[in-house]
Parts: sequence; structure tokens; C-alpha cells
Amino acid sequence: MIGIPTVLVVWLVWLPALGSVLLSFTKWNGFKFSAIQWVGTQNYVDIATIYPPFWPAIRHNLIWLFFLFVLPTVLGIVLAVVLDREMWGSRFYQTAFYLPVVLSLALVGFIWQLFYSTDQGLINEVFGSKVDWYGDPDVNLWAVLVATAWRHTGYIMLIYLAGLKGIDASLREAAAVDGASEVKTFFHVIFPVMRPINMIVLVIVVIESLRAFDLVWIVNKGRNGLELISALVSQNVIGEATRYGFGSALAVIMMVISSVFIAIYLRIVFREERR
Amino acid sequence: MARPAPRESHLAGTLPASVGGFGRRSLLRGALGVGALGAAGMLTACGDDGGSGSGASAKAGNVKFGINEAKGSGPANERLQAMADAYAKKAGVTVSVNAVDHNTFQESITTYLQGSPDDVFTWFAGYRMAQFAEGGQIADVSDVWPLDGIGDAFKKASTAADGKQYFVPVSYYPWAVFHRKSVFEKNGWTQPTTMDELTELMKEMQGKKMTPFAFAAKDAWAPMGTFDILNMRLNGFDFHMALTKGEKTWDSPEVRNVFSTWKTLLPYHQENSLGRTWQEAATSMAKGECGMYLLGTFVVDGVPTEAQEDLDFFTFPALDQTIGADALDAPIDGFCVASGAQDEEAGKAFITWLASAEAADAANNSASAPFIAANSAASTAKYGELQKKSVEVVQNAKSIAQFLDRDTNADLANTVITASLQEFIKKPDSIDSITTSIQQQAKSILG
Repeated sequence: MIGIPTVLVVWLVWLPALGSVLLSFTKWNGFKFSAIQWVGTQNYVDIATIYPPFWPAIRHNLIWLFFLFVLPTVLGIVLAVVLDREMWGSRFYQTAFYLPVVLSLALVGFIWQLFYSTDQGLINEVFGSKVDWYGDPDVNLWAVLVATAWRHTGYIMLIYLAGLKGIDASLREAAAVDGASEVKTFFHVIFPVMRPINMIVLVIVVIESLRAFDLVWIVNKGRNGLELISALVSQNVIGEATRYGFGSALAVIMMVISSVFIAIYLRIVFREERR
Repeated sequence: MARPAPRESHLAGTLPASVGGFGRRSLLRGALGVGALGAAGMLTACGDDGGSGSGASAKAGNVKFGINEAKGSGPANERLQAMADAYAKKAGVTVSVNAVDHNTFQESITTYLQGSPDDVFTWFAGYRMAQFAEGGQIADVSDVWPLDGIGDAFKKASTAADGKQYFVPVSYYPWAVFHRKSVFEKNGWTQPTTMDELTELMKEMQGKKMTPFAFAAKDAWAPMGTFDILNMRLNGFDFHMALTKGEKTWDSPEVRNVFSTWKTLLPYHQENSLGRTWQEAATSMAKGECGMYLLGTFVVDGVPTEAQEDLDFFTFPALDQTIGADALDAPIDGFCVASGAQDEEAGKAFITWLASAEAADAANNSASAPFIAANSAASTAKYGELQKKSVEVVQNAKSIAQFLDRDTNADLANTVITASLQEFIKKPDSIDSITTSIQQQAKSILG
């Protein structure tokens, strides 16, 4: 019975991936197969040398990854721990923090546009500032990261909260009996027990930051300070531009980067199983 | 640009329309192998004299009509729908309308044409159309030309590289410098006719704490309007068109001159343009914070109703007397017949009618706002002052460009020029490196 899933995976995952790798060495407008021209590594050379948005995109993806780890992930975990204590109104807070995750991204983009608009936005209106939140390339990445964090925090919180609920209450009791403080209990008992969840969160953060796309696309199609690899891929193949070879080369680069992380993850998981 | 595609469109043009679908495609594949140069020359020679009759010969039939305006999106949708209804009634056929949101339609055009496109669909004139003609995705409709009431300038804009028409126009909108009449009156300003007058006007506006030009570049296409007009004023229409076709280079002294002139004008433009949409810029002009705004006539959609009546415009003055000011951007919208159309004859009959004055009137009579009809015989009864003036300005123009992203290779326009113009607005001092970079990428893309 393993046959059908294997066929599906090969057909839907491996073949397209292989196709992208092959296309990345060509120039093609996406219409007729006969129009495919073999250009060798030209696309890769162009990307690295004469394509100005590429290096900024790599840098932004890394900033994205780092930021998601440092702020929203930690914040999400803290919120989960706090809300896990069954305080008054915790259900309400849970819903409130999780709400951004449920909203459609088009709506998220719109909501933040209302905050960030230079001439008519809430932030500039309230503080009397004149910051060009979405247009200034030194600022807009951070503006978008805040909007992302707004969603990401709720997501991590929910996953972590689900994990915390699954922890055996006797562990906490034992720690309490031994006289451990709450902070100590969390770091020495709860956090290690949560290892599988931590692993999932880690992977989610890496994946989220690599495939980050929607918000920058809504803001300005990933240009002018908001370049991300995923947005560059889309710019080249979605819409009227039909640089399928070039876009594929960018996609392959993205695939290679993600494979590194996936390989590290799988290594850890397998090592765990062997234990 | 020695791409193999143009050869096919020569062949496609000469084949009878009845040779449809699979048969025709495989024929083309086979023909590709033949020494294409000789074949192309021979085929064009006999292509032109055939079928110059009116499109009435094409037989009407049921058509599928793909339109780039979603239902309920306003007058543009109302007009297209009205035309479809009027034709269905007149010809006694069924027109099935497939209405898609404007931007979605545009962004999915390649997949749309590769799938099963509607027989007739809305599209734009210029290279954006010619590119699909070269690729064989749209059908040669030269046999419906000439069309009554459609002038030569439109015919030129409907013609692809092989000299055949693949498009029929329905409407257009010029780009010009818009302003509020009341603001000009209050301050005793008149419309400038020379660059000196414009400079003086801009200085005076600054003196009154008004930003002379509203400016938005968040949508990367918006600043292209400024590039176009400066290029046409400084280097002339022919240079502009040659540049868009890739025959002139982007790092040439002429193009650098356009950017350095733009740089001197930037201080008169609204700051922080990269985060502003054109609607926001239009609003600041309507509020009187900015004096003028260089945009297409669709600017009226961005200002409140009470300001709409108050709008007026003038064309950008000459920068070089030897070149003058008789060229402008006036993008043309219209229709194409998809190559894979189920019934190409019916499609042709439909677009012939769509280009008629009757169709334009049907559209304008039943919509809340009119378009400017490409057909000179169309009624102007519904036109407001702006539209009447637009007609005049376009008729007086000697040369009409479509728009930078409609005239240029789509790959270059959408992935390189957009980002580069924004880069220039960010760093007006790095003209040399920006133009060099555009040229390097243009060379790689256009091969």
C-alpha cells in the first residue's frame, strides 16, 4: 500500500522539483516547450552578479529568521506559559492573540496599511510623525516584521499552549514539592519535557522565515527594501514577466538553503530515535 | 532580439482560419524546421493583399468573452457588460461573460492564454500585445481591418512586428499634468506652456508652501509615466520607441540625461513617494497640498466627487524646442481573439462590432462614467469636459506611446525597470550605476 503515496510524492514533489532544477539552466517564456533554450549556468551567474535585488533578498531572509526567533517566538512561548496558568479571562486572551492567525492575509495587509500609511495612517496621525513606513527602505522591513510578529506570536503561542496542556501535572507537583521556584521549574523540568514541541517550533520558524512572502507581496510586491527570495521568484514567473528559467534558478537557490535546514532537522530527529 | 517566435506568427497569419486547433499547431511545428527566413519573406509578401474587406464577412456566433473588470467594480465593468449585452441582442447570439478582477486578470494572463482562454478577451495595445502575437497565443485579425472610424494611429498600435493586426481598440486615456482649476484661479496661475513657465510656477507653489507635483511610486509602474514624458521631450518619440524595443541602450548618454533632468525635478515632487499609492497622491492634490499631478485620466477615480468637476490638465511642455511637445502617453485598451478560440470566426465578428461606434455608444450610454472611445464616429454626448479635452489633446498629438510597461518587453519592464526606477528615486545620485545595471540585465533578458 506504500505504492500510491510514493507515486503521488514522486509525481507532485520530486518531478516538479527536478523540473525546476532543469529549467534553471534554460531560458524559457513558459509557452512552448520548443522555445526552451539551454543557457548553462548563465541564470546563476546573472543572479549573483548583475541582479541587484538578490543579495538584499538573502540578507532580508536572514534578518527575518533571526527576528522571528528573537522576538515573536520567545513572546509566544511566554504568553503560552502565562495563559497556561488558568488565570481569569485566559480564554479571552487566547482568542485575542490567536485572532491574527485566522485573518486572511489580504485583510492583514489592509489593516496594517491603515496603521502605516504615510499621509493618512494611524501611527503618523497620532504621533505627528512623518515616517514613510512602507516606502523608506531602511524602515519598511521592520514595519513588515512587526506585522508578521503580530501573526506569528499567536501561532507559536497556540502550539506551545497545546504542548503545555499535555504535560503531566505530577511533574509540576513533584517540582513544587522539591521546592523549585516557578522559573526554575519551567527551565529545568517543563522546557526539557517539551523537547518535541520545541523541535516543531524551531522547524516552523525556519520554514516560515524562508517562505515569508505574503505580507511583502501585499505591501509592494517585494521591491524597494522588501526583497525576499520567494518574492523574487514570484516577480519573475507570476504576472506578465515570464522568466521561467531565471525564476527557477532563484527557486533552486531557495530549495538548497531550505534543504540545509531540513537536513539538520532530520539528523537530529533520527539521532533521537536511535537513542 | 533574434527569437524564433516571430516566424510562427507569419505562418499563422497566412493560414485560413478554418484550419484550426491541433492541425494548425502541428503544421506550425513542422514548418518551423523549414528555412524560416525565405518562408517568412514569401509569406508576408502574399499576406498583405488578402482580405482587406470589412469584418462583416466573419460569421457571428456564440462567443465567450473574458473581461478584466470584476462584476460590481464600477463603470468599467458596466461598459463591457453593456457591450456584451448589446451585441448578444443585435446578433442574436449568446455572449458568455467571464469577469475577472483587473489585476488578477493581468497577472494570470500567461496561464490564462495557455489554458482554455475565452474566444475574445480584453487586452492592451503595444508590445504587450505584440509579444503574444509573436508567441502565437493571439489570432491574426488583420482581415477585420480597416475598421470604420478607427484611425491610422490606432492601426499602428494594433499591429505586431510582422505587420499584421492582432488587436482592435476600443478606448484610450492620455497621461497629462492634472490640477484643480479653483486652486489655479485662486492664486492667479495659468497653465504653463513652456518649461520656463512651469519652473516659475513650481517655484511659486513652493513659496506658498505647496508641493508642486504630487508623486507616488509604491506601485512600481507609476513613476514610468514621468520617465516616458521626459524621454519623449528630451530625446524624441523615435528614440523612446527604439529604446523600448531594445534598439537603443539604457546606459546611453540620452537615457542618463533623462535621469539627470528628472533628478533636477525631484525636489519639486512629493517626498516619500515610495510608500505612497497613486490614490493617496491624487488625494493630496485634491486637498490642495500639491499643485499638480502627472497621471492618466483615471486620476478622477482617486479624487472625491466634488473635486472631479474641478480638474483640468495640460500636456507637459517642451524641454527641447527642436523636439517639441507633440508626443504623449495614451495607452489604448481593446480586444484580442485567442488563438485557441473555439470559434475564431465568431470571435472576429464580435471584435469587429466591438470596435464600432455603435458598441462605444452602447457602453457609454449605460455606464455611470464614459470612456474615451477610439472610434471617431462615437457619440461624445456623455463626455465631460475632461474627456472632450482628452480627445482634442490626443488628436493634436503627432505621436502616441502606449506606456513604458506596455511598450517594452514584459520581462524587462516588470522585473528590472520597475525596481530600477524605484532605486533611482531612492538614490538620485547613482544614475550611472543604475543605468549600467539596467543595460546589463536588458542585455541578458533580450539576449
